Amino acid sequence: MPTVTAPKEPAPSSKSKGAPKPRGSNAEEMATRQRDISVSEFFAKNRHLLGFDNPRKALLTTVKEAVDNSLDACEEGGILPEIVVLIEDLQPDRAATAKSSRYRVTVVDNGPGIVRKQVENIFGRLLYGSKFHRLKMSRGQQGIGISAAGMYGLITTGRPMLIFTKPKASQPAHHIELAMNTKTNRAEVTIDEETKDFPPSRLRSVAPGARALAAEGLLLDPAAFPTGTSVSIEMEGRYQKGRGSVDEFLELTAIANPHARIVFVAPSRESGADEDESLPLTKPPTTQTAAPGAGPTVTTELNGGIVFPRGVAELPPETKEIQPHPKGIELGILLQMLKDFDATSGGTLYTFLQECFCRISPQTASSFCSKIGVTTRTKAGDIEPRTAEALFKEFESAKLPPPPTDCLAPIGVRQLLAGMLKGVRAEFYAASSREAAVYRGRPFQIEAAIAFGGELPADDTARVIRFANRVPLLFQQSACSSFKAVTETAWKNYNLSQPRGGLPVGPLVIMIHMASVWVPFTSESKEAIADYDEIRKEMKLALMECGRKLGTYLRKRQKMRREGERRDVFEKYIGEISKAVHAINGTDAKKLYDVLLAQARERTAVADQLLDEDGKVVRNDPIDDDGVIVVESAAAPPPNIASAPLPPDPSASAAGSPNRRSKASRSSKNAPDQAKLFS
Amino acid sequence: MAKKSNTTAGEARDRVNARLKGRDAETQKKLLGLADMVTKKVLGGNEPIIDIPTRSRSNTTWNKKRGILEMGDAKQGRQLFNLNQAKQFMQTLLHASTIKDLIEVNKTSSLRGVYYKAKHTVAGTKENTFDDQDESDPILEDLEVSLNCLREELHLFAAPAGGMVGNITILDRGDEINCRRMGSGGYQLPSIVEPDIIEFKKCEAKFVLHVEKGTVWQRFNEDRFWEEHNCILTHGGGQPPRGCRRLLQRLARELKLPIICLLDCDPWGHYIYSVIKQGSISLAFESSRLAIPEAKFLGIRAKDFVACNLSDAVKIDLSENDIKRAKEIAAYPWFEKHKGWQKEIELMLDNGFKMEVESLINKGISYVTEEYVPERLRKKDWLD
Repeated sequence: MPTVTAPKEPAPSSKSKGAPKPRGSNAEEMATRQRDISVSEFFAKNRHLLGFDNPRKALLTTVKEAVDNSLDACEEGGILPEIVVLIEDLQPDRAATAKSSRYRVTVVDNGPGIVRKQVENIFGRLLYGSKFHRLKMSRGQQGIGISAAGMYGLITTGRPMLIFTKPKASQPAHHIELAMNTKTNRAEVTIDEETKDFPPSRLRSVAPGARALAAEGLLLDPAAFPTGTSVSIEMEGRYQKGRGSVDEFLELTAIANPHARIVFVAPSRESGADEDESLPLTKPPTTQTAAPGAGPTVTTELNGGIVFPRGVAELPPETKEIQPHPKGIELGILLQMLKDFDATSGGTLYTFLQECFCRISPQTASSFCSKIGVTTRTKAGDIEPRTAEALFKEFESAKLPPPPTDCLAPIGVRQLLAGMLKGVRAEFYAASSREAAVYRGRPFQIEAAIAFGGELPADDTARVIRFANRVPLLFQQSACSSFKAVTETAWKNYNLSQPRGGLPVGPLVIMIHMASVWVPFTSESKEAIADYDEIRKEMKLALMECGRKLGTYLRKRQKMRREGERRDVFEKYIGEISKAVHAINGTDAKKLYDVLLAQARERTAVADQLLDEDGKVVRNDPIDDDGVIVVESAAAPPPNIASAPLPPDPSASAAGSPNRRSKASRSSKNAPDQAKLFS
Repeated sequence: MAKKSNTTAGEARDRVNARLKGRDAETQKKLLGLADMVTKKVLGGNEPIIDIPTRSRSNTTWNKKRGILEMGDAKQGRQLFNLNQAKQFMQTLLHASTIKDLIEVNKTSSLRGVYYKAKHTVAGTKENTFDDQDESDPILEDLEVSLNCLREELHLFAAPAGGMVGNITILDRGDEINCRRMGSGGYQLPSIVEPDIIEFKKCEAKFVLHVEKGTVWQRFNEDRFWEEHNCILTHGGGQPPRGCRRLLQRLARELKLPIICLLDCDPWGHYIYSVIKQGSISLAFESSRLAIPEAKFLGIRAKDFVACNLSDAVKIDLSENDIKRAKEIAAYPWFEKHKGWQKEIELMLDNGFKMEVESLINKGISYVTEEYVPERLRKKDWLD
């Protein structure tokens, strides 16, 4: 356990008359006061390092840690995640001006559950986890997570964490209540039972919203949770919508993880009387009759609960762990690795290089050995620090192939589109997924997506939503590399206005995602991606790809609108003309009408074109593989992509789901009703 | 159809109707031709286009020999599949259809009437076929020109304007009109004065005096000027309408009567005279039936202020617009080389004021009828 020296205590002042005692203790006196501080104690007094700076952020961090854990667990278990977040207001009758309140945060998932033995370690121990030691793309990069939330809850309310977990479908669930002992960094269990009640049925009637959703079968249906985990923490918090809120976090998580279905039951009112600008990405209708049996296909609000439906029916691919790349480590780490290797296997430097690093072949290993003046038989343990330093310098200057990229699992164009489609009400969607690249020896991959038009406000600046390893970044936007990439992209080229060095203006949502085994953050709060040239370059390229698709669409749309208007004008008059000619020379009016209409259509044929970047005929897939979706009309319900099979199978997808093709034709609802015309 | 009658008047009317029937058949044929052309084009897979002769300055020339403004051969194709013309294309065909209806029931209608008849909401939209009569009238003119039909042949009439008294008897749709016995009101000139409608029966008058305004005409009628000087007295109610001009031309051509104009001394009066004499741009296609190159301009002349010793009270200053207009008129081809007119306009501009006919009353209530006009008639003091 790392030791931290306690701060120096002030010297006791002496009130004796006469000469005052000289200030300052000697070393022995000081020694008596120094002692170990446990990690938990340290963090208890430094909550901001974990994300618990203020009550509002505390609530958010708790939800964030729990949801991240749930998603990770489900993915590792090969289960399509089903996550429910409930926040109960335990002091509903507090004064309206109260800045915070006591809440119970519950997160339920349908993951593989946790074996009884591990429960204390996972929930009651800081810096314990499976992810820290591996170089693998994952959501959390430290093991602090949920235990810190539990500790915070304990500190602010004195109440323990309440855990239900069911690792086996055939056996009852465990019901455990535990609290962390900060001095020992160990959990203390106060209740330990078994129960068949999972997910806890109490949760279904925790609020009117919950009841409404449960009634529709959309909430905590036991059939959907054969295994899983439920965590409840009581804590002092502040529920307030807007930027950096639980609502925003869940919305964005839902977009970046379209394979997950998330339900959120919020407290009925917000803390405090402040008016925060609410910036929901969606404007859900207040009521919506769900399609029979299927549930909503876009983010929907139902009586105080929000359902973020599933967008795709496949889990993201598994990521592989990789060994570090020589160019991606620091000297101190190298020394530690040598020591560890010597301790575990006592092998040679030659072997060490090949086993503990990626991209070092036997030839490269022996070349390194000779460059630093050792043989291939020299033991790793015999390497002196000076030699290790020389080795480190060799790493920096050597020419090595870039690290493998199969450790990365990007979201994918199709999934990006699915996520945006259900989460944002727009009329045009585009996505692009770059090839993997490398910064400082670490592989990474950038993806971008945009949503344009539809119900998005046209006069506001674009909204930028940022993600790292599928986790939304909610704060410190202007410090983030992705934000800089957006402002440095020339959106003017794509028919948008953009003030110098600022965001473009228009009905636009821009999403950027960075997937990496090690995402560089600007600070310990992990809210902004650090600015590396390689990263920013990739981001801009991804944004430009999306921008080009948008530009093409807008130009085509303008042209189509013009053509559509032209067609409308002609169609209007053709009826009159046919009638007039018939009155004069008796020609069959209908015949004339049809021929004229065909002529009109021919001349305004652009309006009917199937939209595509390069003028190619678009296939019948609801999602264009080129990464573009266009909504025909805002009134049409979006397709249920979850139910649509993967391409290539266009015939099947056209059959069932409502067809939202990449087509933007003007329907002939403006043409005069033919029956009426000729009666 | 009119019933056959057995009185002379009735028989005369029947004769007229028979003539009209023949003419109508011609017109119907032309309308049919238009519709057939459109049908043929459309069913043949081509875009329907209606050719309409251009009625603008650029397509108007002054025929020096004949002394009239004529329309050139330039035509403009009115297309359906052209955003700017689509509506007019539709309107043209609508009006053609309306006129066919009129002819079939053998009735005439005013321009406004046709406008109303064709006005309705386009099926399936919120738009009207016509929003204003100003949209409708030019379309009718377009039809006139492209079908080469007189307005009368399209069964359209304008509001009657202008009046006539004098030593002449005419037949109006078979009804006998003795213009010596039209009282104080005079015979109101109808809109259609073609030979099938208006026949000259008996005329003893020696010339026609045409004045600008009805009020001036009243003066002359009250003083029975036409009786004393044996003439026909007409007015056009300002800028004379087609009916009036046509009638004047017929009187000039068929009865060989000189046409003498008494108009204000201002650019507007000069313009009226110019139109009577040469024709107008908008109706250039009718010039052959409306223009009277030999018409004479009696007054008011710019020199009359001094010649008649008029008081300063009758002066009206020329405005900027007046001056501009006067110069434009002086530049007309038929005035450009005309010394008399150049001098006339120059003098008016030098004077810096204009004078109305009615201002002569300043010298005496009947000064204009008893002295002014007779003196100039005697001396043949006029411009042409």
